[in-house]
Amino acid sequence: MNTTEPILPSPVRALLDAALVGELTVIDQTGRPVTYPLIPLSDGNLIYLTSSVLFSRKLRHIKANPKVCFSLTDPVAVPVEPFSRATILGDARVVEEDLHEGWEDLLPKWRAKEPAIDFFLKKRFGIPLFFERSVIEITPRRVLWWEDGRASQPARVFEFAGVS
Amino acid sequence: MAKLELTDALTRAQTYPHAVLAYVGPDGYPVNVAVDFTTSSDGLVEVGPLGHDYRPTADQEVELTFSHIRPQPGVGYDERRYINLWGRATPVGAGLRIAVRTAAGWDEADTPFFEYAERGVPEGRTYLDDVGARPRLSPWWTFFLATRLPFLTATLIPVGLGGVIAGRDNSFHALWFVLALLAAVAVHLGLNMANDLFDDASGADAANLTPTPFSGGSRVLQYGLVHRRSMVLGCASFYAAAIAIGLYLAAERGWALLAIGAVGVGLSFAYSAPPLRLVHRGLGEPVTALGFGPVMTVGTYFACTGRWSWQPFLASLPVALLIALVLYVNQVPDRAGDAAVGKCTLIVRWTPAHVRMGYAVTAGAAFVCIAAEVGAGVMPAWTLLALGTAPLVWRVWRGLRDHYGDTYALIPTMQTNIALHLITGLLLIVGYTISIFA
Repeated sequence: MNTTEPILPSPVRALLDAALVGELTVIDQTGRPVTYPLIPLSDGNLIYLTSSVLFSRKLRHIKANPKVCFSLTDPVAVPVEPFSRATILGDARVVEEDLHEGWEDLLPKWRAKEPAIDFFLKKRFGIPLFFERSVIEITPRRVLWWEDGRASQPARVFEFAGVS
Repeated sequence: MAKLELTDALTRAQTYPHAVLAYVGPDGYPVNVAVDFTTSSDGLVEVGPLGHDYRPTADQEVELTFSHIRPQPGVGYDERRYINLWGRATPVGAGLRIAVRTAAGWDEADTPFFEYAERGVPEGRTYLDDVGARPRLSPWWTFFLATRLPFLTATLIPVGLGGVIAGRDNSFHALWFVLALLAAVAVHLGLNMANDLFDDASGADAANLTPTPFSGGSRVLQYGLVHRRSMVLGCASFYAAAIAIGLYLAAERGWALLAIGAVGVGLSFAYSAPPLRLVHRGLGEPVTALGFGPVMTVGTYFACTGRWSWQPFLASLPVALLIALVLYVNQVPDRAGDAAVGKCTLIVRWTPAHVRMGYAVTAGAAFVCIAAEVGAGVMPAWTLLALGTAPLVWRVWRGLRDHYGDTYALIPTMQTNIALHLITGLLLIVGYTISIFA
């Protein structure tokens, strides 16, 4: 995990830190967007998501086309005050050198949002494939932030290196 | 995610407070933004108003996602559900009209998480193969799962009963008892592995999308945790060990023991192996009762004493009935998968009402058996202690009544039913033990 100064804007970091669920959109083999609700984890620079091999279609899509988008839109799933909304466009990389344990580096952050994961981890032998997991690492390229949460209004845009 | 009927998806979508519109932008990145929406019955969804900078082009393929969770402090969240709709977008004023063509989603209220995960197993196995990885589990847990070790209570009780009855006849012999126990354990573990192999071959376990800790097989083959070849080797090794110990015992204690061993091994294999596949014919329960009742108890008694007696046979009957009921109840969640591959267990053949009646009659018979045998002087009075578990029968019956169609809600019932066999058997053993010293 990156330990340099965070590049993501502070209010977006707050959203990511609070979010129990956000929406990852990838592009499938036909060019169609496909969205998956996932728990976002972040170090302020990169966004990390994990995916079990049981639900691996998104991983195949990312490998074929790494351009993705992650949004934080639901005031219930993103409990911050005052509420705002953000959409992060970026390039994703699937990290899966060690599907069995590689993702466990993210466990402290995951546990903070979903303490119940420890219960399931203890029963890992019962659902072994669920815990064979890839990490999706997103490098942000552009962040759209709607301070008042109204996405019909112009967004504040933050650009990062590499945006075409 | 699973495909949804359009009408169903649109009806469900109306319950969400907002949607997320996704489309692929001109730079090739997908963009998603929160939008207000309204649905109509003719498959149209209107969204907007949209910001000027972030809107798809006319006739572009777009996606709408509706997502919900309920935060649960200290746990995380529950009530997970989401819907994806895809269709072409037509600009209408400041918004879009989307003609929805396909829909998908998941609602854990309809498909519980564990079933949802089980449905993903083929996808997971293919992915693991493609990336050249294998699922891992420690050797201990792999052995634990592959052999279904906790089910050994089914063996410990009848063998223990045989041993304690031999003790009451002043003929207990530790070495012969331990060898009989090892042979019985080996047959049981071999049986469990054989059952997995044959249920995998028939497709019964793969067709079962709601396995539980007590039903649906060990899943080690379905999950790719163990190679089929290793499973065959393990199974054959356990049977070989059982036969070797049995031959030694027969040579030392009397060749009549061979007959009991042959019945035990034969029944355990014919239970799921073709051509007999007794469990497919609705004979699983009587076979289980015989194998984990009289065969083990009488076999252990004979190994210890070197002689026949009606005592262990009669004492094993309640245990036999209760272990048959363990199989019987554990097959309730398996019934859809079993029926799909022609495994016609009693549960597949009978209505839920008949299943409950069958349970009550058989469990009742087990307790009547105990009382009658004590009354007839066959079993010592102290074994009446075992009647103390009778209230568990009601709990299991009530669980079958209330949760027959809900696999995961039935798990505590299966647990109670296993406890019924275990505790009743232990109390019988305790009763015999007290009678030795009383």
